Amino acid sequence: MSEALKPGARLASAVCSTEVVVVQVSDPQAVVECGGVAMVAVGSASPCSAAPRAGLDGGTLIGKRYGGPDAPVELLCVKAGRGSLSVGGVLLTQRSAKPLPASD
Amino acid sequence: MNTALLLEMLAGAHGDRVAVGGWQDGLSYSDLLARANRGASGIVERGAERVAYLGLNGPDLPALLFAAGAAGAAFAPLNYRLTDAQLEQAVAALAPVCVVIGPGGEGRIAPSAGVTIVDVAELFAAEPAELPFVGPETVAVLLLTSGTSGPPKVAVLRHEHVVPYVISTVEFACASADEAILVSVPPYHIAGISSVLTSVYAGRRMVQLPAFSAAAWVDLVSAERVTHAMVVPTMLGRILDELALREETLPALRHLSYGGGRMPLPVVERAMQLLPHVDFVNAYGLTETSSTIALLGPEDHRAAIGSDTAAVRARLGSVGRPLPSIELEIRDVDGVAVPTGVAGEIWVRGEQVSGEYVTHRATTADGWYPTRDRGYLDDERFLFLDGRADDVIVRGGENISPGEIEDVLLEHPAVADVAVLGVPDTEWGERIEAVVVPRGGAPDTADLQEWVRVRLRSTRVPERIHVRAALPSTETGKLLRRVLRDELAQPTEADR
Repeated sequence: MSEALKPGARLASAVCSTEVVVVQVSDPQAVVECGGVAMVAVGSASPCSAAPRAGLDGGTLIGKRYGGPDAPVELLCVKAGRGSLSVGGVLLTQRSAKPLPASD
Repeated sequence: MNTALLLEMLAGAHGDRVAVGGWQDGLSYSDLLARANRGASGIVERGAERVAYLGLNGPDLPALLFAAGAAGAAFAPLNYRLTDAQLEQAVAALAPVCVVIGPGGEGRIAPSAGVTIVDVAELFAAEPAELPFVGPETVAVLLLTSGTSGPPKVAVLRHEHVVPYVISTVEFACASADEAILVSVPPYHIAGISSVLTSVYAGRRMVQLPAFSAAAWVDLVSAERVTHAMVVPTMLGRILDELALREETLPALRHLSYGGGRMPLPVVERAMQLLPHVDFVNAYGLTETSSTIALLGPEDHRAAIGSDTAAVRARLGSVGRPLPSIELEIRDVDGVAVPTGVAGEIWVRGEQVSGEYVTHRATTADGWYPTRDRGYLDDERFLFLDGRADDVIVRGGENISPGEIEDVLLEHPAVADVAVLGVPDTEWGERIEAVVVPRGGAPDTADLQEWVRVRLRSTRVPERIHVRAALPSTETGKLLRRVLRDELAQPTEADR
């Protein structure tokens, strides 16, 4: 991807229905992939019909944050899909969130 | 990443579900999203960077909150109970601003330099416009703080504060289809705003009550089969009286959260007794922290009330533990962390913490925000509040917490309500005075002074005790100490 990543940017998978929003970025040049294929800006291209690569097909869950201690980005999944999220081939992990009792 | 995205996600998953209003006639998530997008177009068309709302709570309020988010404008809900002069001042502080007028707000504000007025229906009638990219650093909400210890300030919350608050505390679409929430804090209060965001993200239908009364609250909870509710302490006491009167137990209600002020222990105990099937949550938070930073959950309530151990039982009077996503420390006046059990100022840090005002930023370089609230942690990190840092009385070099004396006086049968504060004194720096609202006839002040002396010590005894019919408070029941302090600094003939 040529365009630098910035918080708030919205990316779409090229291989499935996954969409994410960039929450945090430590390396704006990082290339975010879904199903092993670089993601694209939402609306910039129609997803091709390719399937997620083997091992990168665990799927995404809406409302979950993906990142990791050494990951250059943190993403919020806003549409689920069949591909898994990675950067430079390294899988991003789903950030565990403990749901709390409703307080407001 | 902005607030409008939260609504878009829910509309994608459960578009047909009712988002706000009654089962029969409410707006669905798809309807609400469409309305928000029209409102956003109206905001973009007018080039407004700040959008205020003046009117009663209703479905327009959530629509406008998301509309402003989608348009990249700051949303500033106004308090329609302010006097015309106060309103004018608030609007001037927000200018340049576009004020959207809803039901009940008509004719209150005149257009002036930097202030445009638009009727809510007109705003939502806009033709679709192209919406801008809204980054997380964009201001989402501007709110006037309650200003109990000083003049109100305009707090700034950005999308990067409120969105992480929602996504780190709420599981997406976790509500079942039959859930409905009634939030009875005004929309210009932080909990009124955060509840719109968390309820939408949870997929929980919002039910609204334009003006609170205990009878109207009970009627609506029954009629709409409300499962979740949020109230401030004063409301809970009145609701319990109403329920007792009607012998009503609200079987559909599952979850009741309270916060926004000091909750008297007897009220919580009575609530748990009257509504044993309900989960209770006590939440503590500030405008500047995008709402809740600590909470006492349902299990904590049950463990505390069922315990014979004094320290565990006492937790019913705590605000629970800090959220996992919040760092919280108790520090002394020099900003140094104090040991467990020692009271000091509450400092917090986390994604949801803004600590910013239109005039200045109150956070340190490394992101810590001094709340100006005092408190202490017990050995399992349950947080106990101890008033505002600005309310501490310094008498002859000794720091005295008014809360300690207030608690003792409240136990006296002749006292219905009380405030203790420091009054400037030439000899001591500050002397202790109390303002008492009597229960029944006028209490014997010497008897009250002796009551404090026996239970605390002589340095804690108020030198003067004033009797008043009521104490000044905010709408959410917080004592307005600054009003009392100003009054006591200029004693009147009526004082004894």
